[in-house]
Amino acid sequence: MPRLSADRRTEVRFTLNGRPVAGLAEPRLLLSDFLRHVVGATGTHVGCEHGVCGACTVRIDGGLARSCLTLAVQVEGCTVETVEGLAPGPARLSVLQEAFRRHHALQCGFCTAGILMSLDTLLRDEPAADKARIEEVLGGHLCRCTGYGPIVSAALDAAERLSEDPGAGDAPEERDGDV
Amino acid sequence: MKPARFDYQRAESAAEACEALAELGGDARVLAGGQSLVPMLNMRLAQPRLLVDISRIEALQKIERSGGRLLVGAGARQAALLSHDGLAEAAPLLAAALPWVGHAQTRARGTVCGSLAHADPSAELPTCLLALQGAVRLRSSRRHRELPAEAFLAGLMSTAREDDELVEAAAFPLRRAGEGQAFREFGRRHGDFAIVGAAAVVSAQRIRLAVGGVADRPMARDWPALEGSALDDALNAFAWELGARDDLHASARLRRDLVRALGREAIEEARRCRA
Repeated sequence: MPRLSADRRTEVRFTLNGRPVAGLAEPRLLLSDFLRHVVGATGTHVGCEHGVCGACTVRIDGGLARSCLTLAVQVEGCTVETVEGLAPGPARLSVLQEAFRRHHALQCGFCTAGILMSLDTLLRDEPAADKARIEEVLGGHLCRCTGYGPIVSAALDAAERLSEDPGAGDAPEERDGDV
Repeated sequence: MKPARFDYQRAESAAEACEALAELGGDARVLAGGQSLVPMLNMRLAQPRLLVDISRIEALQKIERSGGRLLVGAGARQAALLSHDGLAEAAPLLAAALPWVGHAQTRARGTVCGSLAHADPSAELPTCLLALQGAVRLRSSRRHRELPAEAFLAGLMSTAREDDELVEAAAFPLRRAGEGQAFREFGRRHGDFAIVGAAAVVSAQRIRLAVGGVADRPMARDWPALEGSALDDALNAFAWELGARDDLHASARLRRDLVRALGREAIEEARRCRA
């Protein structure tokens, strides 16, 4: 492909949570900043910006990625999924999200978006993931308020529900209370 | 923390990447998985004029066995190698060490060759390449060449790659009959760079131990099949020869202790695996 100039913004197109998006990016723009500032998808959070904290974790073509270690121009034509795409409907949460709610697995919520992406991917690939696997994957994230206990409990709960009823991820129970 | 400006070129072939490297030399950097390079860009420790993205060159993503070696292309991700069919039998050291390389989230993007080219002295993959007496294939518009691990790994974050060269593949020898391999690591947290990492390759007649995280690059020693206190003495001499220093993460003394302890554990496990 032709070389993109450092000073020029070029159009980047990709699929975000099932919908086509496009926007202008200079080569140095990080995917995390493209998502938040160009697309306006602020569910993905930005913490350390060198790949350590995990807050900005997204999926690119089905695999996990730190969006702060990915350039926007690199995802041209790719499929990107973020936390905004996890809930199956406006009034519904995913099985994992419901479990986070039940177990109080978040407090300030800053790290949550990235952790949900990692655990959602784990449970997609290994619906019966055990505690050791959950802790291993969670090891790629930093949480500074709840601690990890409730997060592990929520993931184990979700794993149990998903392995008992593999269809649960497609049609989760109606969320009680407010919509 | 945002990168300084750079031009960007998504190369469609290794030849195209080499042409760009030939044109800009040291002002260009190769982008594959980006798990080492992009943090350096974000912190502005690296400020190249051009990034040459090789991540979509299919020919570079291959992992294949050829001539008794596992060839891992420059675009092959660490996660792809970890899930390569039969890795635990063909290259048990890699199967044991890869889970220690970063986290699942970085292995999904990071490449094997990228870690070798980055040459962090604590990184697991350079230590494994040295333990296995593997090699790195380099390609430029001028020539192709292959360097053994000890010639490629030239020092702290530095390799023998010339500015116009692309690391095209890494070659890891497959496990030979009667050989045992094992890996041990100590770090502050799983997923952090090692304070000390030890990779052992043991056969009936010899022991080879490579250690990362102590000297400015991984270092290896070959011994005959030593036992008991003779092995302790060899490990102790090696620990002192590595020139450990105190730093923020660990004292020199702790590092020497870890070389002796993890070295012994790795060798003993490799012996058990021979059976």
